[in-house]
Amino acid sequence: MATMRGLKGVTASTGLAAGPLALIDVSRTVYIETGDQHSEVDNLSAAISAACLQITGLIDKADEEAAEILEFQVAMLEDEALSEPALVAIGEGVSAFAAWKSALDAQVREYQTADDAYFQARAADILDIRDRVLGILNGEGRRSFRPGSILVGSEFTPSRFLETDWSEGGAIVLAKGSPSSHVAMLARARGVPMITGLGNVDFTDHETALVDANKGELVLSPNEAMRSRFQSQLEQQERERLYAAEYLTRQAETPDGRTISVMVNVASPEDIEAIDIETCDGVGLMRSEFLFHGPGGLPDEEAQYQAYTKVLDWAGDKPVTIRTLDAGGDKPIDGLTVAEDNPFLGYRGIRLSLGNQDVFKVQLRALARAAPRGNLKVMLPMVTTPAEIERAKALLNECVEELERKGLPAQVPPLGIMVEVPAVAICPKRFAAAAFFSIGSNDLTQYVTASSRDSSLVADLGVASDPAVLSLIGNVVEQGGALGIDVSLCGDAGSDANLLPVLLDAGVETISVAPAALGRIKAAICQGTGN
Amino acid sequence: MSEIAYDATVLIEHGIGLHARPSVKLTKLAKKFDAQIELAIEQDGPWIDAKSIVKVMAMKAPKGTLLHFRAKGRQAQIAIDTLVELVENNFYERGGKV
Repeated sequence: MATMRGLKGVTASTGLAAGPLALIDVSRTVYIETGDQHSEVDNLSAAISAACLQITGLIDKADEEAAEILEFQVAMLEDEALSEPALVAIGEGVSAFAAWKSALDAQVREYQTADDAYFQARAADILDIRDRVLGILNGEGRRSFRPGSILVGSEFTPSRFLETDWSEGGAIVLAKGSPSSHVAMLARARGVPMITGLGNVDFTDHETALVDANKGELVLSPNEAMRSRFQSQLEQQERERLYAAEYLTRQAETPDGRTISVMVNVASPEDIEAIDIETCDGVGLMRSEFLFHGPGGLPDEEAQYQAYTKVLDWAGDKPVTIRTLDAGGDKPIDGLTVAEDNPFLGYRGIRLSLGNQDVFKVQLRALARAAPRGNLKVMLPMVTTPAEIERAKALLNECVEELERKGLPAQVPPLGIMVEVPAVAICPKRFAAAAFFSIGSNDLTQYVTASSRDSSLVADLGVASDPAVLSLIGNVVEQGGALGIDVSLCGDAGSDANLLPVLLDAGVETISVAPAALGRIKAAICQGTGN
Repeated sequence: MSEIAYDATVLIEHGIGLHARPSVKLTKLAKKFDAQIELAIEQDGPWIDAKSIVKVMAMKAPKGTLLHFRAKGRQAQIAIDTLVELVENNFYERGGKV
């Protein structure tokens, strides 16, 4: 038995899986040449038609998103421009197999060298088409995998994903690949754990593996201790899945009849692909930092507008709270944030935005343009004084006027604040200009307990269950209620089933949690217990 | 194309450019017309067949690209008008992903 080995890649779809390893790269069988050019052309045409038929058959079983990917593949296959170079090569005496492979490989290289990540990711679609036709030419049936297998290889194709039986779990681990590939979208939508960018690994002698796609980790040939630790994690995941199945689509209501709004935290627009809007009451926190970490530097107005409207369109009438850039602290951004000795107490959140009005106004314009598309609310992070709300509001109004002058539809969305700085939590009354309060329990906890979030040495002090933190949360709920201001909570405390009853007792009526916690938290609310 | 019947220029505003789904829509629509339709991202070409998804995708046109159309044949004018309308209306998508 091989020795245990741990490897790390990039998370493309979260989740856990354990199972036998299965290699996905195409087995090389032999194509038997006919030696006759006309027969080779016929063989290739027949293989392409058969491939179109196979994919069309998959479309009927696929959901809307998968169907679009498959329709694209069929359109490519039906286009004579795709096979033309192969037909020319056959005319020069090359076999149908070699001609198709080299024609499609040339296409793959074209896409791989694209500047744009989206077009690069299409290389996987071309590989999918290539291998399907090659497989048919070889006369091999599509190889299927034992359900529950951990599939490892260099690339995996959307159509093979759809042909694979995921009913008993399993995962995908790729040497290359990208989280923006079609397969990754499908994996997120189907809840199949997936890791990309693992690098080339020799799997010889390894037979089993554990996948923690939440952390992007693969463990080959796990030992007994590792297995049993993983087993308990898996059981926890399974419990959450069961809760999810039972409670996910219900409205959360406490045993004494209080309706609780359970919203979802979204870190990037891709996150919503895996969430059914019917399972939550809206988006309590959509972060915007993801937009600022792209290769192209700071995002333009249009890129932001597209990201925001994607989520608004998905949410329909339900509220979507988007937080303006919360850079600084532990989230530096090249070309914007500054290095400081004590960044958590430094130039971050709204402080940074008000100091970089050119960047801030781009975001406010994108938000104002997105506002008419749905139920948008805008939230300012790290607010410390009421003047910061006034200044942001003035800038927002200015942006809307500019847009209106240009004849672009725009509107002023409700402007609320994060309550995470103790100065706000102690005296919420001063912040009556805010349209809503959203308690950021993570930062509030670190500031109230003076315990840095990034130090494991003080982690036992920095807990949201600290009575001072809970007392401040109660204070915000009470004073917010007196002012007629809606109060919600969007930190990790809301996902902590042990804290939940305390928060609900304190009067919190809206919480926003990670997508994966929705079912578990709704169950905890309905049962009136921690679990 | 020696006798150009109609031409038009339109800006792609679709959030992600001429990606898989927009390209499928564009080529499918182009195929409906009895006209030879060509597409370019530079005014002086190279011009490519607007009915070929392989060629349309190969342009890798990102958002903000100016698309030039030209066509000849019986339905050249209506073909151009309809294609321009498709692009101008963001390929009739709302918050699409692909």
